[in-house]
Amino acid sequence: MDTRVSRVAGRACVLRGDDIDTDRIIPARYLRCVTFDGLGEHAFEDDRKQAKGDHPFDAERFDGASILVVGRNFGCGSSREHAPQALMRRGFQAFVGASFAEIFFGNCTALGLPCVTLAPADLARLMDAVEADPAQSVVVDLAARTVACRAGTFPASIPDGARGQLLDGSWNATSVLLEAGAAIEACAARLPYVHGFPG
Amino acid sequence: MAGRSLLDKVWDAHTVRELPGGQTQLFIGLHLIHEVTSPQAFAMLREMGISARFPERTFATVDHIVPTHSQKRPLADPLAEQMLQALEKNAAEYGIRLFDPASGHQGIVHVIGPELGLTQPGMTIACGDSHTSTHGAFGALAFGIGTSQVRDVLATQCLTLARPKIRRIDVTGKLATGVYAKDVILAIIRRLGVNGGIGFAYEYAGAVLEAMSIEERLTVCNMSIEGGARCGYVNPDDTTLAYLRGREYAPTGAAWDRAVGWWRSVASDADARYADRVSLDGAAIAPSVTWGINPGQNVAVGERLPRLDQAPPSERASLEEAYAYMGLRPGAPIAGTPIDVAFIGSCTNGRLSDLREAARVARTGRVAPRVRALVVPGSQAVAREAEREGLPELFRAAGFEWREPGCSMCLAMNPDKLVGRELCASSSNRNFKGRQGSPTGRTLLMSPAMVAAAALRGEVCDVREML
Repeated sequence: MDTRVSRVAGRACVLRGDDIDTDRIIPARYLRCVTFDGLGEHAFEDDRKQAKGDHPFDAERFDGASILVVGRNFGCGSSREHAPQALMRRGFQAFVGASFAEIFFGNCTALGLPCVTLAPADLARLMDAVEADPAQSVVVDLAARTVACRAGTFPASIPDGARGQLLDGSWNATSVLLEAGAAIEACAARLPYVHGFPG
Repeated sequence: MAGRSLLDKVWDAHTVRELPGGQTQLFIGLHLIHEVTSPQAFAMLREMGISARFPERTFATVDHIVPTHSQKRPLADPLAEQMLQALEKNAAEYGIRLFDPASGHQGIVHVIGPELGLTQPGMTIACGDSHTSTHGAFGALAFGIGTSQVRDVLATQCLTLARPKIRRIDVTGKLATGVYAKDVILAIIRRLGVNGGIGFAYEYAGAVLEAMSIEERLTVCNMSIEGGARCGYVNPDDTTLAYLRGREYAPTGAAWDRAVGWWRSVASDADARYADRVSLDGAAIAPSVTWGINPGQNVAVGERLPRLDQAPPSERASLEEAYAYMGLRPGAPIAGTPIDVAFIGSCTNGRLSDLREAARVARTGRVAPRVRALVVPGSQAVAREAEREGLPELFRAAGFEWREPGCSMCLAMNPDKLVGRELCASSSNRNFKGRQGSPTGRTLLMSPAMVAAAALRGEVCDVREML
């Protein structure tokens, strides 16, 4: 299977607001499970109920979106991978925002979902453009480090390490980490506490 | 040559190799797991046909889903029972030590690691839980991770990580009476913001941190994640060593002496360089209370809530959202806000010293008639110590419920939940919308002593008036 992620193109959904935490993305009651199956339908469940239908996830104009456009510090709080799993299972394949909480960012990378950031003014233009015309295609291009929509092509940032993992398809880290082979045991052997501080 | 920080030393010692793009393959010295974020990781291992690489370096406990009124099996909630059974099966099959309720060592994962002596200076630690930053109190680098990364650690004992920058945070001077570690970290987050730590590890230092016990340092490091930091730590010192000596997993005899030498060597050098430095005057910190929907939205108990017209334009939408959810008024005092529930516990403030401070207040009165008040020890060991000191009787006599150990009302994965729009004075770590189990429930974060004070008065009040 080709796991490389160099470009995500599709419709986008705009979810405004800063510091949106993972408890809101997937309420804790849905973490009482031993698989990630079925999480997609519960994404933002409480926010949506309280918005009484006036939530971007319930807006027909954003149906079928594969790119989620968010504000600052998205995914803060709990480390629950259930949050990106729920969003992925709802169809999102990339996130564009002002900034991302680091554990959320790491979880997304581990699932092959890019999180890229835009300068505030560019993000505002992207949000306005998508809200004005949600049918347009938005392109997150990791190779070019850009996000493009009809309003323009904006420079996007993503740390080199995660970008490299996505571009070369090595975001499922286990196999890469295993490649280190005996170097893992060699590192352990250098750490005095691993062997009880031998004399 | 400039000195090196603890992070530099520990990171370099645990580097297996550099990866393309500037990331590091980092060896993880201690891996902690619990029932919520591990079952899918084991399922992935099974699918890949991989065993655990260093099973003796992973320890398990059950905390999030255990009911605190009775831990009897089968657990009343069939989903919770299924999760506990999955953990038992996975631990047995992969050769991992499980501290279950029958072991006498069960408790919140971030409470038992330190008290067993598993958490030690100079280690790298990972756990599928954002509050893993807690363990930094010992001078360890402790990372909260997701489930795919739990799989990585089980399979390879390593993580792919980018080296964070370091922000040194000095808290100078001396804390006033009635001001606690919780107030210190709330003040830090208020100053630097809930996203201010993105890209950083926080190194906490200064006279206030030096004077703190390990349990207080655990509270500070615990909420590093609430400040957006990747991790937080305090350099190991005599306090650290005194705490560790004699703990079950701490080295003994000649190995102890060698351990002490190594632990001291990993502390930051006096001339270490930092990407950023921040200083707070500890004497100026007052008992603090959150009023909004993130931990940065907090005020001193004597202050009034921020007015919208005084907020920078970029913050106004957040403030409006917080006020709409909380039902509080801009410009109103926080003191006097009526509460419905009081919760003392969690990985932030569920340790013996927290319960003692709350008890000092609780013994001065009785819980207000309308208020439901819970005390939940962080672990079975904390519960035993508290019992030896007569704390359960003291709390019960004052009208508090005394419960069995677990995460309880911090996060709503067990029967302890808010109902409707109830407002809870809580010693936990997150005041997010819906965090305590009711989608419309409201949380005011504060120190355990402040929670006890609010429980007695039935409203937010200044604990200093009661000490």
